Amino acid sequence: MTVFIAILSRTAKALLTLLAIAVLNFFLIHAAPGDPAVVLAGEAGAADPQMIEQLRERFGLDQPFHVQLGKYVWGILQLDLGYSFRQGAPVIDLIADRLPATLLLTLTAFVISLVFGIALGVAAAARVGRASDSALTTLALLFYATPLYWAALMAVLVFSVWLGWLPGFGYETVGASYSGFARVLDIAKHLVLPALTLGLFFMAVYMRMTRASMLEVSTADFVKTAKAKGLSGPAIRRRHILRNAILPVVTLAGLQAGQLVGGAVLTETVFAWPGIGRLMFESLAARDYNTILGVFLVSAAMVILFNIVTDIVYRIVDPRIGARA
Amino acid sequence: MWKRFSSNRPALVGVVLLIAVIAVALLAPVLFPNGPWKMVQRPFLMPMAVDGLPLGTDTLGRDVAAQLAYGAQVSLLVGLVSTLVALLIGVPLGALAGFYGGYVDEGAMRFTEFFQTIPNFALAIVLVAIFEPTLASITLAIAIVSWPPVARLVRAEVMSVRRREFVDAARLAGLSKPRILLTQVLPNTVSPIIVMASLMVATAILLESSLSFLGLGDPNALSWGYMIGAARTVIRSAWWLSFFPGLAIIITVLALNLIGEGLNDALNPHLRQRGQKP
Amino acid sequence: MTTLAIEHLTIGLPPGADRPFATEDVSFTIDKGQILCVVGESGSGKSMTANALMGLLPPGVTVKAGRALFQDQDVLRLPEPQKQALRGARIAMIFQEPMTALNPLMRIGDQITEVFAAHNLYSPAERRMRALTLVREVGLPDPEKIIRAYPFQLSGGQRQRAMIAMALALEPDLLIADEPTTALDVTTQAQILRLVLDLRDRRGMAVMFITHDFGVVAEIADTVIVMREGRVVERGAAAQVLGDPQHEYTRRLLDAIPTGRLPPARPKADTPALEIKGLRKIYRTGGGLFRPVREVRAVDDVSLTVGRGEVLGLVGESGSGKSTLGRTAVRLVTPDGGQVLVGGVDLAALSEQDLRAQRHKVQMVFQDPYASLNPRQRIMGALTDGPIQKGVPRAQAQARARDLLEIVGLGADAARRFPHEFSGGQRQRIGIARALAMDPDLIIADEAVSALDVSIQAQVLDLLRDLRDRLNLSILFITHDLRVAAQLCDRIAVMQKGKLVEIGTVHDIFLSPRQDYTRQLLAAVPGGGWAHDAGLPA
Repeated sequence: MTVFIAILSRTAKALLTLLAIAVLNFFLIHAAPGDPAVVLAGEAGAADPQMIEQLRERFGLDQPFHVQLGKYVWGILQLDLGYSFRQGAPVIDLIADRLPATLLLTLTAFVISLVFGIALGVAAAARVGRASDSALTTLALLFYATPLYWAALMAVLVFSVWLGWLPGFGYETVGASYSGFARVLDIAKHLVLPALTLGLFFMAVYMRMTRASMLEVSTADFVKTAKAKGLSGPAIRRRHILRNAILPVVTLAGLQAGQLVGGAVLTETVFAWPGIGRLMFESLAARDYNTILGVFLVSAAMVILFNIVTDIVYRIVDPRIGARA
Repeated sequence: MWKRFSSNRPALVGVVLLIAVIAVALLAPVLFPNGPWKMVQRPFLMPMAVDGLPLGTDTLGRDVAAQLAYGAQVSLLVGLVSTLVALLIGVPLGALAGFYGGYVDEGAMRFTEFFQTIPNFALAIVLVAIFEPTLASITLAIAIVSWPPVARLVRAEVMSVRRREFVDAARLAGLSKPRILLTQVLPNTVSPIIVMASLMVATAILLESSLSFLGLGDPNALSWGYMIGAARTVIRSAWWLSFFPGLAIIITVLALNLIGEGLNDALNPHLRQRGQKP
Repeated sequence: MTTLAIEHLTIGLPPGADRPFATEDVSFTIDKGQILCVVGESGSGKSMTANALMGLLPPGVTVKAGRALFQDQDVLRLPEPQKQALRGARIAMIFQEPMTALNPLMRIGDQITEVFAAHNLYSPAERRMRALTLVREVGLPDPEKIIRAYPFQLSGGQRQRAMIAMALALEPDLLIADEPTTALDVTTQAQILRLVLDLRDRRGMAVMFITHDFGVVAEIADTVIVMREGRVVERGAAAQVLGDPQHEYTRRLLDAIPTGRLPPARPKADTPALEIKGLRKIYRTGGGLFRPVREVRAVDDVSLTVGRGEVLGLVGESGSGKSTLGRTAVRLVTPDGGQVLVGGVDLAALSEQDLRAQRHKVQMVFQDPYASLNPRQRIMGALTDGPIQKGVPRAQAQARARDLLEIVGLGADAARRFPHEFSGGQRQRIGIARALAMDPDLIIADEAVSALDVSIQAQVLDLLRDLRDRLNLSILFITHDLRVAAQLCDRIAVMQKGKLVEIGTVHDIFLSPRQDYTRQLLAAVPGGGWAHDAGLPA
C-alpha cells in the first residue's frame, strides 16, 4: 500500500516536472533572438510569410503573454509538440517513429553498464591493493576520461573499418529485408558497438562507485559481527557488504540516467542510429527548434521513467524506506 | 595535507600532465605564431610525413599540432570559467538551503531537483542552439547544467556542520545567523567543494568538446571537439585527425580526475586511515 | 577448568602510531563459568586482545608474540579455515554499538539463522525453531514478530539482546563482550548485565567482559585485570581489586569514579538565577499528504528553579527530555509554552533580535569535545567572538580570554592554537572558559563530562567544583549518570518522558527517594551495592 502511494506521488511529481519543462521550453523560444514565429518556423529564410502568419495565429503570438503560455502548455498536455516545417510532419510523429530505437539503445547500454560496472566493482574491491585491482581501476579511470563520441568513432574505425567484424552504421542492414529471427540478429549486430560505447563511460562510473562503496561498507560494524559469527569471506561479501553497498550505486544510476539519455545524442550521431538523438542532431543543423525542444521534453520524460524505476528498485532493496514513508 | 598529496603518485602524474597542457595552451602563440586557421601545407598529410608537421595536416591543409595547442586554450578556459560560474550558483543556493532549512530548503531543493532531472547534455544543446554558439553561451550553458550537484553537496555539508555543537556555541555568543554561516559553517565545507570543483572542470571540458563535436562550438574558437566533429566524415581515410584531439581530451580530463582524487584522499584522510586506530 | 589462557601476548601497532605496541606481554586465564572483566580507559589496548582472539585485528595491527590457548589449541596460530570454524561456534562476541552491529537490510531472524548456516548445521526449519527459542531466551517480547523485524524497528536494548541471541546460537564456550552496555541507558544496562549473569549461570560458559566502568565490574566480575597503555597493571579477584587495590593507577581510577559518596550539603541559595515556569516543547514528526502527524512531548509542563550559586543536576535517561529542557533554557530551541526567566527577562518570549543582546546571560558547555570547537578557528577567536559581539573592547576581551585559559588550567599560550592540538579533556576546559568569557548568570552543562575517560572526567568535575566555589557559579548540570550528579550537585531533578518526576536535595533523592522511577534509576546504577559498602552514609 505504501509502495503504491509512493509511486502515485512520484508520478504526480513527474508530471509536474514535465509541465515545468514545457514552461521552460516556452520561455526558451521567446528568449531566442528574433521573432518566435520565425524561430519556430526554422530560420534561415526557409519560412514563407504565409506560413509565419499561420504560426502567429496558431500560437496566438499577438495575444497577451500568459495566454500564449497557457495555449502552449495546453497543447503539450494534449501531446501536441508542434509541427516540424523542415520535415513536414508533426514533431510527435517524428519522435514516435524514432523512440523505439533510442529506447533499445539506452536500455541496453544501461543494463550492460550496470551489470558489468557492479560486477567489476565487486571484483576490484575483493582484490583491493592487488595488481588486478590496479588494472581495473586504471582502466575505469581511462574510460571515465574518454569522450563518448570519440570512443564510438574509434570503435567504428577498429571493429568496422579495419577488422570488419561488426557493422558501424545504422540500425539494420539496408535493403536486406530480413524478417523474424534473422532481423533480430541483424539489429543485435548493429546494436553491439553503439550500446558498448555508450555503456562504457557509465560502466566506469558504476564500477568506481561500487568499488568505493564496497570498501566503505566493509569497514562497517555489522561486517565485524558477520565475521565473528564465523561466516566465510565470500559469504560476508555476498550477504552483508554487497547489498548495503549497492544502495548508493542504485541512487547514482538513477541520477546518471539523464546523462545516459543525453549521451545517446552523441552515440546515435556517430552510428547514424535512427533514434531521437540523431533526430535532434539533424534538427540542430536545420535549426528546427520545434523538434529540438520536442526531443528535449521527451528525453526528460525518459529520464523520469528511469528515475521511477530506480526508485522502485531502491524500495525493494531497502526495507527502511517503505516503513518510514 | 600537502605531504599526503605529494606522496600520492597518481595525483602527481596528474599535476605533471596538467602543467604540460597548461604550458602548451599558454605557449601556443609562441610555438605556432601563424595561428590555428592558416593553411600551411597540402591537406591530409600523415603525421611525421613532412618535417615540422609532427601531427600532419587536416582536410584544409592546416597544422593539426597548432590546432591542438590553440584548442587547449579553449578547453581549459571554458572548463575553468564554467566551473566558477556553477560554483557561484550552487554554493550560495546549497548553503542557504542547508543552513536555513524549512521552506527555503524545500524551495531550493525542488528547484535543484528539477534541474537535475533534466538530461543535462540535452539542455546544454538546447541552450546553445537557441542562444547561438559563442564561447560565452557555451560556458553559461555548461554552468547551468553543472551546478545542481554543487548545490546538493554544499547543502549536505552545511546541514552536517550546522548540527555540530560549535555552531550552537556561536549562536550563544550572540553572532548573527549570516555571520555564523559565513565565518563558522562555510569554512568547514571548503575541502569537499575543492575536490568537486576539480572534477567538475574535467566534466566541463568533456561537455564542451561534445557540444563542439555536434557543431555547436564557437565558430571563432577552434576546439578539440570541433576538430573531431569536422574529421568525422573522413575517419576512414584520415584517422589521425580524430585520434589526436581525442587523446588530448583524455589526457587533460584524466589529469584533472587524478588531481581531484588525490585532493580527496589528502583532504579527507579519514577515508584512508579508517580502522587503523588502536 | 581453564577455558582460555593468554600467555605473554604482544600486539604490534603499525608504524606511525603513538606507541609501538597495542598490548605488551599480556597474560591471563579465564575458567569455565567465570566472568573476567578487562578494565581500562580508551587506548589502553583492552579491546585488542579480544580482536586478536577473533581474528578481527584492523589492517596493520599484528600479533608479535605470545599464545592464546583455547581448549589447548593456540588460536592465534590456527589456519584461517579452522579459525573461521571456531568463530561463532566455540567463541562468540558481542559489540558496543547495537545500532551499527546489525545489518540494517536483513531481518533479525535471518541474522540469527545465518550463524547455523555458516557452520552448516540443521535444516532451515530447525534453524528457525532454534532462532525462536534463542529470541525467547534472551527475553525479547513476541519472538514471532521479532525474527521478522528489521533492526531499525528495535530499540537499542532489544538490538543488544538480539546480538546476544546470535552469539549464544551455537552454545559457545567463551563469550567476549566488548563494552556491550556502554551505549545503553542505565536501566537497560542493568537488564543486560543481569541477562549476561543469568546465561553464564545457566550455560556455564566463560565470559571475557571488556569495560571502562568499575561499577559494571562490581556488578558482574569474578576476576579483574586492569590495563593501562597496553600492559596489565593489576589483577585479582573482583572483591580484592575493588576493595584493596594495589597499583596506584587502579586506586586513581577507583577514586575517580563517582561512587555516589555524597558531599556535605551546602547552604541553600535564596535568589534565583534561573526560573523555568510551565515549560512545554512538542516535537512533531511526519505529516504530509498521507502520513499522520506524530507528537512527542519532549518537555511537558516543567517548572524548576536554579538558585544563585547553586548546582542543580538534571537527571534522566535518553528520551527523557533533559537535553531539550537545557537547549530550551538557552533558547537554542524555542519552547511552545512557558517562561524561562533569567534576571527578570523571559528568554522564551524575546524576538530573535532582542535575544541576541541577552544571549550572554546563559551559556552552555557541550557534550562532545570534538564537535564543540570550530576546527578552523583559533582558541582566541572562540573565546572572544562573544564578548566582542557583546560590546567588550577587543584588547580587553583578549586579556580576559588569556586569564580564563589560566583559570581552567591550560595556560594563556593555548589562545594561539587550534582545537586539534588539544585532547578531549583540554577541549572541555576550553569550552568552560568560552562559557565563562561571557560572564553568564547561569551555565548549562549538557552531559559535559560524559564523553571523557573516568580519570579525565574526575579532573573536569574538580574544575567545575572549584569554579563553583570561587566564582559562585550557578549551574544546571544535565547528565544521565546519577553518580556524577551526586558528586557535584546541591539538588537533583529527575525527568522521565518529558515530565519532572521528582526534585530534591541530593541527600533526599539518594537516601529517601519518593517516586518509583527514581528508585528504579538508583537501583540500576551499576555497582550501587558496592558503593554503599564503600562508605556511603546510610
